[in-house]
Formats: sequence, structure tokens, C-alpha cells
Amino acid sequence: MASEVKTVGRILPAPENFVDSELAHEITTQGLNESRRGFLLKSFAAASAALASSAAAAETIGKKVLGGDPNILTLPEHSTTLGKPVVTNPYGMPSRFEANLQRRESPGLTRVSAASVSFAPLQGLFGIITPSGLHFERHHQGWHDIDPAQHRFMINGLVKNPKVYTMDDLMRLPSVSRMHFIECGANTAMEWGNVAVPTVQYSHGMLSCSEFTGVPLSVLLEDCGYDKKNGKYLLAEGGDGSSMTRTISIDRALDDVIVAWGMNGEMLRPENGYPLRLVVPGVQGVSWVKWLRRIEVGDKPYGTKDEAIHYIDVMPNGQYRQYTSIQECKSVITSPSAGQMLLDKGFYNITGLAWSGRGKIKRVDVSADGGKNWRTARLETPVLSKCLTRFNIDWVWDGSPAILQSRAIDETDYVQPRINELREVRGTRSIYHNNAIQSWKVAESGELSNVQVY
Amino acid sequence: MFKCINSALAGFVIVMSGTVAHADAYSNVGRAATAQEIAAWDIDVRPDFKGLPAGSGSVARGQEIWEGRCASCHGTFGESNEVFTPLIGGTTSEDIQSGHVAALASNKQPQKTTIMKVATLSTLWDYIHRAMPWTAPKSLSNDDVFAVVAYLLSLAEIVPENFTLTDQNIAEIQKRMPNRNGMTQEHGLWDVKGKPDVRSVACMQGCNVQPHIRSSLPDAARNAHGNIRQQNRAVGPVRGVDTSTTAENSTHGNKSGQGTPSNAMTDPDMRGLAKQNNCLACHGLQNRIVGPGFNEIANRYKAEPAAVAKLVEKVKNGGSGSWGSSAMPAQRHVGEEEIKSLIKWILAGAK
Ligand code: HEC
Ligand code: HEC
Repeated sequence: MASEVKTVGRILPAPENFVDSELAHEITTQGLNESRRGFLLKSFAAASAALASSAAAAETIGKKVLGGDPNILTLPEHSTTLGKPVVTNPYGMPSRFEANLQRRESPGLTRVSAASVSFAPLQGLFGIITPSGLHFERHHQGWHDIDPAQHRFMINGLVKNPKVYTMDDLMRLPSVSRMHFIECGANTAMEWGNVAVPTVQYSHGMLSCSEFTGVPLSVLLEDCGYDKKNGKYLLAEGGDGSSMTRTISIDRALDDVIVAWGMNGEMLRPENGYPLRLVVPGVQGVSWVKWLRRIEVGDKPYGTKDEAIHYIDVMPNGQYRQYTSIQECKSVITSPSAGQMLLDKGFYNITGLAWSGRGKIKRVDVSADGGKNWRTARLETPVLSKCLTRFNIDWVWDGSPAILQSRAIDETDYVQPRINELREVRGTRSIYHNNAIQSWKVAESGELSNVQVY
Repeated sequence: MFKCINSALAGFVIVMSGTVAHADAYSNVGRAATAQEIAAWDIDVRPDFKGLPAGSGSVARGQEIWEGRCASCHGTFGESNEVFTPLIGGTTSEDIQSGHVAALASNKQPQKTTIMKVATLSTLWDYIHRAMPWTAPKSLSNDDVFAVVAYLLSLAEIVPENFTLTDQNIAEIQKRMPNRNGMTQEHGLWDVKGKPDVRSVACMQGCNVQPHIRSSLPDAARNAHGNIRQQNRAVGPVRGVDTSTTAENSTHGNKSGQGTPSNAMTDPDMRGLAKQNNCLACHGLQNRIVGPGFNEIANRYKAEPAAVAKLVEKVKNGGSGSWGSSAMPAQRHVGEEEIKSLIKWILAGAK
């Protein structure tokens, strides 16, 4: 066991390697008492003896151990030369060292990549805002970069004054900026039956969260004089080839739906609907129609392709639930998570995300023993309605196998269920709306993997 | 589930402090939509066929359109699994009687086709009209859409082969849709205040679970998404697992040579470029979609070193006849250098 951990520890060029990892573990968990301090000094002495006796060791170990870390002792180039000027990158890009974190497709999930999905790399993200370039993608007929000067938005149907708005018009109106999560209804779909994918990117990465800016749809509906008596449903329609359509209830529309152009302080990215998309807080991503061109007010639901053939949830008796929309309370540990490797025993910050389409997150509990015992995690601020909430909790890994889980509770007191509880009601074939508790196994080697435990 | 909407509406008032209170105060913002503009965009057709234009189309005409404009992706009988799940199959004459597709409950048909699921005929009409053919949406006339829907219905044996579908008889045919009774709206996921169907309890200590592993990632799937090492940050509390080696080996650091990024990087990059430029919408690496599979192209031109220049021109300008009657549209959105490297990649085996 101990030797395995040391092997893992060797992944890192850790300057602390002169300390036996077992001892290091004791120090971090129990503090530095006198006897340990003595032992530590002896370790130093032994290392320096080695240094004296071998010039080679002096180069490899010696610098690290005794003199100190070469990254400190030898001033790096960036400390001793002139750096690049401003506006070298007129639009700043992530460091070249961050290239591993990209949105990625899941091989074999879809057959053509213009009707497909790419997943956000949740395993490496911090806080609650998804960088715009890493926002997950779902297109049904490819994406376009539309000239905003030519984009038009129409409201018609049961309204007194059917109207056309340009982007100039819309952006003059009183706007709001709100942070909300967007999750595809099919997020975690591949895990209804068995474990199928290797990391949280692929199991939960059809999830992103941004600050959206736009005009409340209620303002526009009022501006067109919508029929308050008979207007019960809206149709939202996109301007792309698929002209994606979805039915939205008028109570959702009047509550907090936004006709948005802004995302994280800039305009929407083309992949996310530039220049205009619908933001439907708490509702699955397919309703957040991109490249939004039209809203129709009507008195009956529309039964569009993506609410009559897809985004319908089959129950064990073969009956389909139609117009399933709300994303129920869910959470997942994003790090450490499957496909990651703990570098050594000792302290870790378990961190993850929780969200609910019905309001705010009230509490998140974390278990390290597969759900037998739970501790309540810290919720980081802000804790907002229909928004991702970041949670953190301390954990000391003692090197033995563990199963990590998180469980969220929202302000309606709904408790995120276990996968077996979901299956009892919905079976295993419904594809959509899998909000089960996720389990990550920690092996003695430090490797985490995706498992189901309940 | 739609019940509570009225009551929610009744008491509704727009309250936004700091904004003008009445609607007409947004003066000079937006303008009236013209009748022609509304007609141009308001194309949706509802389950009660509100919005359906007048028109008609026969199964025979539908078959012509299908074979010319749809079959390349969906197969002659709507059975193809190449580009999307099959459209037709899995329904019976009993289903047409009952309005419930029996195979959905028995789960005997592993792949659910479109016709097994869809309850509303309007959906097929509306969707094909707005979105198909996939690479040239909104290019079918109303009569073409009636015809091609009639053809699909005949493939599913919902209408006879000599049938003509019209705006007048479509509501009758709706009554024969195999899964017309297959939908329910009885659930809590429409309304934000809907009642959840699953009620869990937040036990804190000594909870009743069996902490053994019921399912785990199959070994074969470990590296199926690429090397996870390269999908994680190289600093911080954890590293990505090197999945290019087996689980037992992974803790012993990188085995030399295996899973090194250098040679593995170039091909996925080219594939990414092909994807990004939508080449893969029409070409499979190994299989034909609308155009030939890239491997077929490589085979044909492998003894012809001068082919590159010729093929670059072909992709740039489009054309048909080399592989059949289907045409490749001019790929003018792709830069010449990119086309050249795509062709080289294709001829080198497109992996
Ligand atoms: C270039 C390939 C291509 C061609 C040609 C094509 N389709 Fe499609 N079709 C697709 C793809 C891809 C989808 C799935 C789109 C999505 O994911 O939203 C689709 C979806 C559909 C669907 C919905 C199926 C479902 O279950 O969601 C129907 C119906 C359909 N096509 C009919 C047609 C008809 C009719 C034609 C000819 C007029 C046609 N298609 C031509 C690629 C094609
Ligand atoms: C809308 C569908 C479509 C798209 C998109 C498409 N192709 Fe094609 N491609 C075809 C068809 C159809 C043919 C066969 C033409 C023929 O028979 O002459 C073809 C043929 C080819 C050939 C062989 C030409 C020959 O004369 O032998 C190459 C090479 C090729 N495509 C490359 C590409 C590349 C690269 C892209 C992306 C930039 C691309 N194609 C995009 C449909 C498409």
C-alpha cells in the first residue's frame, strides 16, 4: 500500500520527497510534534550526507532537497527578461499550458457532428461561471455566425400588435443580467443503465452556467399586447436551418425568461446562438432556442419535433412523458473525479457543483463511503436561483479505497435521488432527466473511476 | 399538468421598478410586422393542424422526392442507421388499431424508430417542411412535403400505395398514427411547481446502502474517449489518468512510447477540420453517406499522385458524376490550403 502511494507521489517532481510519504501524512493530519520534528531533521541530515558523497546526487536530488527548489534558486527567464507588450493578443486567450481543457465530443454518441454535442470540461473548472469558449454545444443542424445587423426578431400569434425588432431595437430596451445554469435534458443520459463514460466531462458536461444579459420576454410580450386571456403557450423558433422550435408555458415566459444577447459580459458566442437566444431558467437546454427569430403566442402546445419525437421520456410501460422540461435538483463532484489520479495521501478539497431548476440550492452533503455516512459541504456564494452553486468540503485521504458521492437538496426540500430510486419509477430507458447521485471510486492507487453504488 | 396556468396568470402584473410602466411607452422601438413577413416565417403546424397550408401529394410522387433528396441519408425505406436513427420500422397493423406501439413496452425493438414514437402527424409535416433535407432545409414545396410524408406513411403501412395525402384528409390519417395514444402529460416536469415523481430522503448516518460496486467502466471503454491524461490540467491536486495503458500499469508512470501525444495528435486534428467544415456530414471515414467514404476515395486514387490538385479543384467547385448522381456542393467556405491538407489526409487513409 505505502509503496504504491509513493509511486503515485513520484508523478510529481516534489521537492518534499525527502520526507517519507507516510510521515508526511502523519504530519498533515496530526501536526508537527517534537519526535516528528527530530525525525525530520534526521531526514535532512541523511539527504545531505548523500549529497556530500555523490556529485550526481547533488545535481538531481541535492538541488531539490538541500539548497532548495531550482525554480526558486535559479531565476527563471520570465524574471530576468522583458515580457510581451500589451495587445499582443487583442482578444486574450488562455495560457498555452491550459490546452488540455477543451470541449470534446463523445465518440459514437451521434453519427454526424453537425447534429451532435460537445461536453464542457467540468473536471478542471472553478467557481460557477463556465468560460464562454468552453460552454457545451448542442446543434441539430450545424451553427452559423449570423450578421447581427441582418438579424430580425418577430412576435406574432395571439397579440394585438405583431412586431418586428432589430438588434438595435432590442438592445435599447431595459435589460437585466442574470446568472443561470443551462443543462441539456439528456445530460447523464448514457448512465441510466450502466456506467458508460470515463469522466465527469462526458457524464455531466452538457452543463454550463453564464451571466446572461437581455430583455425580459415579459417586456416584449407586453409591448406587443399579448392576449392575456387566451395566450397560454408560446412557440420559440430559431433562425438556423433546423429552425428549432419548442413550446414554453406562458407562466414560465412571464416569470424569468430572457431574450438574451449578452453572455459573460460580451455578446453570445456563435455556437451559443449569436446574436440572440432565449434563456429559460430551470428548463432543459433545448428550450433555450438559439439564433432566436420568432415567438408566437398561442392557446395550445405545439408538438414540435423536439417535444414529440425527442426530449420525451419513455416509461417502463412504453408510455412517453411529453413536455418534460424542468431540470430537477442535481449535483456532482467535479474534482477529484473519474479519470483523475490523487497524487498522494493527505489533504484534498472535494469540490463540485449543485443546481436545481426549481430554485436555490439549500444544502449539499458529501459521502466518502458510498453513501453510508454523509457530511454537509460548504456552499460558496453566490447561491442563486436556477444557477450553479459551488460546494467544497475538506477530506483527508488515508490511502484506502473510497467511494465519493454528493447529494443536493433544493429550497423545495427535494432531495437528489439515488439511481435505483429513479429507476424504480422511470425504468432505465428514458434517456432524459437523469439527476441521480454520482459515485466516483477512489482506488488504493489513487485512481478515480466512474462506478454505480447505491 | 397544464391546469395551474390560468390561476398563475390571473394575478399577474408586470412589476419592474425603474422601468416604464405601460407598454406603449417603448416608443420608436420595433415596428409592426407586415402580413407577408408573418406569412414568410409563421410556418409552424400544430397537432390540430392549425397552420397547415393547402396542398396534396401522392405516395408515388413522394417516392421520387424521397429517392432524389432523402434516401442518401435515410435509406430507400427510411431504414438507414448511417446518419441518424431509422425513421420507419417497428410498428404493426395492431398498433395502428390501438394507437399504442406495442414494441415500446416489450422493448423487443432495440432501436426506436421515428414512426414508433411520434404521436402527431403534424410533427412530421412541420419538421420535414422546416428542416429537411438536412443540408438544404426549406427547399421543398408544400406539395412536396405532402408527398414525402405520404411516402413515409405508406412505408409504415399506414396508408396504401395509391394514396394521396391532402390538407383535407390529413386529420383522418392522424387517427391511424401507430403511437397516437402513446403520450402522457401526467408528470411533474412541466410546471416549475410540479410534483416530483421520485421522493428521496437525506439520511446522514449509517444509511441503508450496499457500498459495493454495481457497475463500473468496462475496460474497453477506458481509453475510448482518448487519453484522459491529456484532458486534465497538468498542475493542481490531481492529474489525469494515463488511459493509454491498462489500469494496473497506470500507477507506474508513463510507459515510454505509449500514449505520447505527438503522432496521435495530427489525425484527430485533421478529422476535427473535416468535421468543422462539415465534410463528415456527407462522407463517413469508412462508409458512404451522401458522398463516398473517404477510404473509398483513398483506394481509387492511391496510384495517382497527381490526384491531389484535381480533387482540390473538385472540392472547391463541387460537382457530380465521379461516384454517382449525387452532387457535392461547392465547398467555398473552406480555404484552399485547408482543402489541400484535407485531401492529403483523405488520400493517406483518413484515420
Ligand atoms: C444529408 C443527410 C440528410 C438528408 C439528405 C435528409 N436528412 Fe432527414 N435527417 C438527417 C439528420 C442528421 C437528422 C437528425 C437531425 C437532428 O438531430 O435534429 C434528420 C432527421 C429527419 C427526421 C426526423 C427524425 C427523428 O426521429 O427526429 C425526418 C422525419 C427526416 N429527417 C426526413 C427527411 C426527409 C423527408 C428528407 C428528404 C426530403 C430528408 N430527411 C433528407 C439527415 C438527412
Ligand atoms: C452535401 C454533401 C457533401 C459535403 C458537405 C461534402 N461532400 Fe465531398 N462529395 C459529395 C458527393 C455527393 C461526392 C461525389 C461526387 C461525384 O460523384 O462526383 C463527393 C466527392 C468528394 C471527393 C471525391 C471527388 C472525386 O471526384 O472523386 C472528395 C475528395 C471530397 N468529396 C471531399 C470533400 C471534402 C474535403 C469536403 C469538406 C470540405 C466535402 N467533400 C464535403 C458530397 C459532399
